[in-house]
Amino acid sequence: MSTVVADADLDGGAVATGMSHLVAADQIDISHGVILYLDSVTVSFDGFRALNELSFSIDAGELRCVIGPNGAGKTTMMDVITGKTNLDSGSVFLGQTIDLTQRTEYEIARLGIGRKFQKPSVFEYHSVFENLELAMDGPKGVWSTLLHRRGSEQEDRIHEMLKRITLAERMNEPAGLLSHGQKQWLEIGMLLMQAPKILLLDEPAAGMSDEETERTAELFLSLEGQHSLIVVEHDMDFVASLQRKVTVLHEGSVLAEGSMESVQNDERVIEVYLGR
Amino acid sequence: MGPVATSIAALFDRRGWLMIGGFILVIFAVVPLLRLAVPSASPLHLSDYYVLLFGKIMCYAMVALAMDLIWGYAGILSLGHGLFFALGGYSMGMYLMREIGTEGQYRSHMPDFMVFLDWKDFPWYWAGTEYFIVALCKILLVPGLLAFIFGWFAFRSRIKGVYFSIITQALTYAFMLLFFRNNTGFGGNNGFTDFKRILGFSLAHPGTRISVFVVTGLFLVLTLLLCRYIVTSKYGRVLAAIRDAESRTMFSGYNTRDYKLFVWTLSAVLCGIAGALYVPQVGIINPSEMSPANSIEIAIWVAVGGRGTLVGALVGAGVVNGAKSYLTVAWPDFWLYFLGALFVIVTLFLPKGVIGWRRGEFR
Repeated sequence: MSTVVADADLDGGAVATGMSHLVAADQIDISHGVILYLDSVTVSFDGFRALNELSFSIDAGELRCVIGPNGAGKTTMMDVITGKTNLDSGSVFLGQTIDLTQRTEYEIARLGIGRKFQKPSVFEYHSVFENLELAMDGPKGVWSTLLHRRGSEQEDRIHEMLKRITLAERMNEPAGLLSHGQKQWLEIGMLLMQAPKILLLDEPAAGMSDEETERTAELFLSLEGQHSLIVVEHDMDFVASLQRKVTVLHEGSVLAEGSMESVQNDERVIEVYLGR
Repeated sequence: MGPVATSIAALFDRRGWLMIGGFILVIFAVVPLLRLAVPSASPLHLSDYYVLLFGKIMCYAMVALAMDLIWGYAGILSLGHGLFFALGGYSMGMYLMREIGTEGQYRSHMPDFMVFLDWKDFPWYWAGTEYFIVALCKILLVPGLLAFIFGWFAFRSRIKGVYFSIITQALTYAFMLLFFRNNTGFGGNNGFTDFKRILGFSLAHPGTRISVFVVTGLFLVLTLLLCRYIVTSKYGRVLAAIRDAESRTMFSGYNTRDYKLFVWTLSAVLCGIAGALYVPQVGIINPSEMSPANSIEIAIWVAVGGRGTLVGALVGAGVVNGAKSYLTVAWPDFWLYFLGALFVIVTLFLPKGVIGWRRGEFR
C-alpha cells in the first residue's frame, strides 16, 4: 500500500522542520512535483548498450508519450522501471525517496507502478471478472489469498471497471476468447484495478480498430491528473491525437523532447526516422 | 462455525458430496464389514489382498492429488515426488522398526540390520524414533523441510519447466543412492521390513490392518477437501495465473516465489503422509521407492486422469494402479509396454486425460 504525500500532508505528528523528505516508508513523496526520475541509466546486453545514460523524469499526473525507432530502448526502459532488468549504472527513483533499483518486480507493482505489455498479457483461462479480481489492489500475500473472501465493495469495484472497459457482458467468459483489442482493454482495466500511481503502457493501441484507438485515447486523457501515464507508441497518429509532451528515444538516450509538432520538425528526429 | 461450514459445503456440488459420502460409507462401513464380519467362506468376504490393494491405491491417490496441485494448478512438473513419499515412509518405518523390540532375528533391541553391521548404538538421527509422536512430526517435517529448502533455492533462482523437472529427478536419484548405502543407517537396499506392531497392536491382526485402511481413507478425503479448498480459493486462482502468465502475475503485485514455495512444500508434505500410511500396509520400505521411474509413474497417473481437475488425479491413480495390479500378474512382461503405450496415447489423443475425454474435450 502506498499513498501519495504532497507537502500539505506533512502536518501534525510528523515534525518536518527542515526535512522535506520526512515521509513514511513506501509513501511516494511528490513534494517536488516529480513522480519518477531516471538518472543516467545505462543497461547493456553483451556489450550492446540498450540504454545509454538515459535521463528523464515524469511529473505527477502527467501523460507522457515516448516514441522511437526499433531498438531505441523503449521496452528496456520499462523493464528497468518495473524491476525486470537490472541496470549497470544510474538510478531510478519513485518520488523523492524510493529507490526502485533496490526493489523486486512485485514490490514495485505494489508501490503503484502498473505495466501493460506490448503483447496483451491477460490470464487467458481465467474469466474476465477473475482477471480484474486478481489485479485488484489489496493484500497479496499467500495467507491473505488463502483466507480471502470477496466482499461486496470489491465486487462493486469490479463491476464498475467492467462497465468502463465495456466488457460487462462478457465477464464470465475466459479472457482468451476476447478479441485482440478487447484484451488490450482488459489489461488496461487490470492495471487500473491495481490503483496505480504510474501506468506504463507499451503500445496500447496496437491491433485496435480506429474506433477503439479513439476511445483508448479518450480513456488515457481522462486518467491524466489522477495517474501519471507513460505511453510508448509506434502509431504516430495516436500520439498526435493525445497532444501531450513527447520524448523521442534513440540508441538508448533521449534525442528530443517537446510537443509533437516541435519534435516532428526536429531535424535529428527526422533523420533518425527517415534518414540513413 | 456458520461461515466455515458454508464455505466447506461450497467446495463441491451435490453430486460431488454424494460421491464423497458414498466413498466414506465404503471405507468406514462396507470394507470393514466385508473383511471382518463376513465369514471367510462366504463369496462376499473381502480378502486381505483386496484390502491391501485398495489401501495402496488410496495412498497413491493422495500422491496424485499432491502432484496435481503443483503440476495441474501451478504448472510445476516434479519428477521427484517419489522421494517425499519415501521419506514419509521411512519416517514411519523407523518407528515401526523400534516397535519390533527384541523380536527380531538377533533378539536384540537394535534393528537387525544394525546388529548385522555390528553397530553398538543407534546413530543420533535415530534418537526418539521409538515414540509415535516423534514419527508423526518427522512424517511432516522431513519431506516438508527438504522441499522447502530445495524449493527456496530453485524458485529464487527462477528455475522453471524442464530444468526444474530434471533437477527433481536428479534429487530423488541422489537420495536413492544415499539410502542404498548400508552406512547411511536406513537398512541399505533392504530398507525396513518385518514390522510387528503399530502402537502396540499387531500388524498381522485383521483389525489393525482395517484400522490403518480406514485412517488412510480418512486422510484421502481430508486431502481432497484441502486441495479442493486451495484450488477454489483466491490463492488457487493466483496459482493458476502464475502457471499461465507468471510475469503478469508478478507485475500485478504477487510474490510468485512465495506462492510456488508454499504449494510445493505442501505437496511434499501430503506425499510424506501418504508414504507413512503406505508403509504399515505393505510392510516394507526400501530405496527403490526413490527410483526415478517411480516418480515418473506418478506424473503418468495424473496425466492419464487429467491435469488440473483433482478428480482426474484420483481416477488416474485408480485406473493405472488397478491395471498395474492386474497386468503385472496376468502378463508380467507386458506391463511396462502397456504403461508406455498409455502415456503415448494420452499425450497424443487425450491431452486433458480421461476426465477431459469424458467432458468431450478431444484434441
